[in-house]
Amino acid sequence: MSDGRLASRRFLGVALTLGSIAASLLLTALIIIAVGASPLEVFDKIWQGIGMKPDGIDPGRFAGVVNFWIPLALASFGLVISFTAGLWNIGVEGQMMFGAIFASWVAREIFLPSVLLVPLELIAAAIGGALWGALAGVLKTRGGVHEIFGGVALNNLASIYAIYLIAGPWQPPEGGSLQSTAPFQEAALLQPVSSGFRVSLLALVLVAVAFVVVAVALRGTRWGLELKALGKSPRSALLLGVATDRNAVLAIAACGAFAGLGGAFRVLFTYGSMRPLVSGGIGFLGLLVVLLTGTRTIWVPFVSFFFAAILAGSTRLKIALQLDQSLAGVVQGILVLMVILANGVRGRMQGQVITRLPEQTPTGAQPQSEEAASG
Amino acid sequence: MDELARILGSIVSNATPLVIASIGETITERVGVVNLSLDGSIALAAMVGFVTAYLSGNALLGLLAGTVIGMLIALLIVVANIELKQDQVAVGFVLTLLAADLAQFLGQDYTRIPGPTFPTVPIPVLADVPFLGQIFFRHNLLVYFSFVLLFGTWFVMYRTRYGLALRAVGERPATAFARGTNVNRTRYFYTAVGGAMVGLAGASYALAIKPGWANPPVMRGDGWIALAIVIFGGWHPFRVAFGAYLFAGLRALASTIQQQTDLPLVLVNAVPWVLMILTLLLVSGGFVERLIRVAPGPVQRVLRNFLRSEPPAALGAEFSRE
Repeated sequence: MSDGRLASRRFLGVALTLGSIAASLLLTALIIIAVGASPLEVFDKIWQGIGMKPDGIDPGRFAGVVNFWIPLALASFGLVISFTAGLWNIGVEGQMMFGAIFASWVAREIFLPSVLLVPLELIAAAIGGALWGALAGVLKTRGGVHEIFGGVALNNLASIYAIYLIAGPWQPPEGGSLQSTAPFQEAALLQPVSSGFRVSLLALVLVAVAFVVVAVALRGTRWGLELKALGKSPRSALLLGVATDRNAVLAIAACGAFAGLGGAFRVLFTYGSMRPLVSGGIGFLGLLVVLLTGTRTIWVPFVSFFFAAILAGSTRLKIALQLDQSLAGVVQGILVLMVILANGVRGRMQGQVITRLPEQTPTGAQPQSEEAASG
Repeated sequence: MDELARILGSIVSNATPLVIASIGETITERVGVVNLSLDGSIALAAMVGFVTAYLSGNALLGLLAGTVIGMLIALLIVVANIELKQDQVAVGFVLTLLAADLAQFLGQDYTRIPGPTFPTVPIPVLADVPFLGQIFFRHNLLVYFSFVLLFGTWFVMYRTRYGLALRAVGERPATAFARGTNVNRTRYFYTAVGGAMVGLAGASYALAIKPGWANPPVMRGDGWIALAIVIFGGWHPFRVAFGAYLFAGLRALASTIQQQTDLPLVLVNAVPWVLMILTLLLVSGGFVERLIRVAPGPVQRVLRNFLRSEPPAALGAEFSRE
């Protein structure tokens, strides 16, 4: 009998996940129809945009997906840390920006061979992101400013500072564009594996290392346990002897370091120069990724890859169909919303199943602990 | 003197959407629900309000449409919280991103075109009062509405039994329940009202204060500012409104200074966000508490009443009878 219940529970989970995806597609289709376009044509263009052709994969376009995935995955790994500690690190966007600013500073000011310069840029970016994150953390723990508000304010300040640098001190003396600094020196840039498949091997390695570091830190270290305790209940964590304030600051700073690396990737590979909107919403997208995966690090690469594909696929909508590329955000937002609502529906239905079974003891009820993978 | 009245009048007008939105959010948060979607809700309500008004040629219809949008988004948050036990902050955050992107996508063909607006309607007699008339009584209907909303919210909240129930649900839902208040129904109702005000605020940008729709939207960021103003205002309508006017005033001051000196524009852009951090530090960082303690005895009580800045005790928490 308990087998049957488990099976029906699993069936419910799968049905609701599929249902939420179907509902998202339907809603998206309706929205596309509302602006007078054809949903099928749009989906087809997105599919082509990620490099899927009838006769195979276009490596150039597929590389576009990977190049969105790298910074998104880095930021998302970082956010898994801050989420584990129970923190809403909305400031991740600004932390990416500061990573980009620090990396750009090194790329502009320091002249070394590439083997030395690139690691230096990455270290600087991690420090920049971590500092900007730590600031949000200190505002929270010392100043009582909730990390959501501190984060939003710091995001805007980071963006304003980037615009100031590009339009002011970093402008070439002969005058330049307000949209970008001058291109960085060649030695400062990450190099693609080939001109047909423009993906940086070093960046891929960085993502893999980040994945391992975050997974191990959260599962296998005392610090990971402390963050978990902090996330579950700050008060009990404090009573258990966890340094809650210091760990909160550390968690946001660690997230900022990963986000900063993501920002460095954007300037050192995607653009090759500093841009005003260098993070381009990737940090916020990372928050959506982590809302889906929760603290399960293993799912982050897959969910972030899916989101990166939507993002990359949508960049061609403007040229092909004169549609605004904000459609990517619409699709991603609807999907996350539907999955959250479906989780709630599942909890509600299971709750009702449990109360209907008289032999079920209250201790046997597991409201949230046992969640099927839903990404 | 006339010049001063004119400047103050324009501050009152420019602050209007912030006043309406932050009072709406105050209502919502006082009943125990955080509507974090403000920045996106305001943008979507502005876009829908503008397009509805543009297509129908009727500004009032646009205002109504924007109001409904704000209400629906707020209801989505409270349904997800009460019926589906999902976190208000998580749902609100997703909705703020989603609504902003929806506004940009659905409004892409309606940017930078003129549409219907609310005209200025001076109030007879009052508009001719020297100085004050210029500041308060020569505006469009939405500005007058914000005055009515401010006093109306205060009156209902502190002078009626409905307001007592509203505050009780936000502070001690279990007690309110024991006294016969339907906690969840109260939350549905006031969240809808608060969300409607947020939507109305959004539409009032597009139809009166900064007419039209643009990408990126002109009011981007103001939703977050409104959320911070609610905290600054200690969840009290008058202080919240004061915060909104103060903010609008400081913003106007900064841009005037910038125009008359050669101060870089970036500094002016940074002002709202620096203010946000500083004011939140001020009200949350124990500074106010220290100020109260050094004040003379009789003043302390008054000060504490006016400077109270603890959030409603049950803010963000869901309520179930068990």
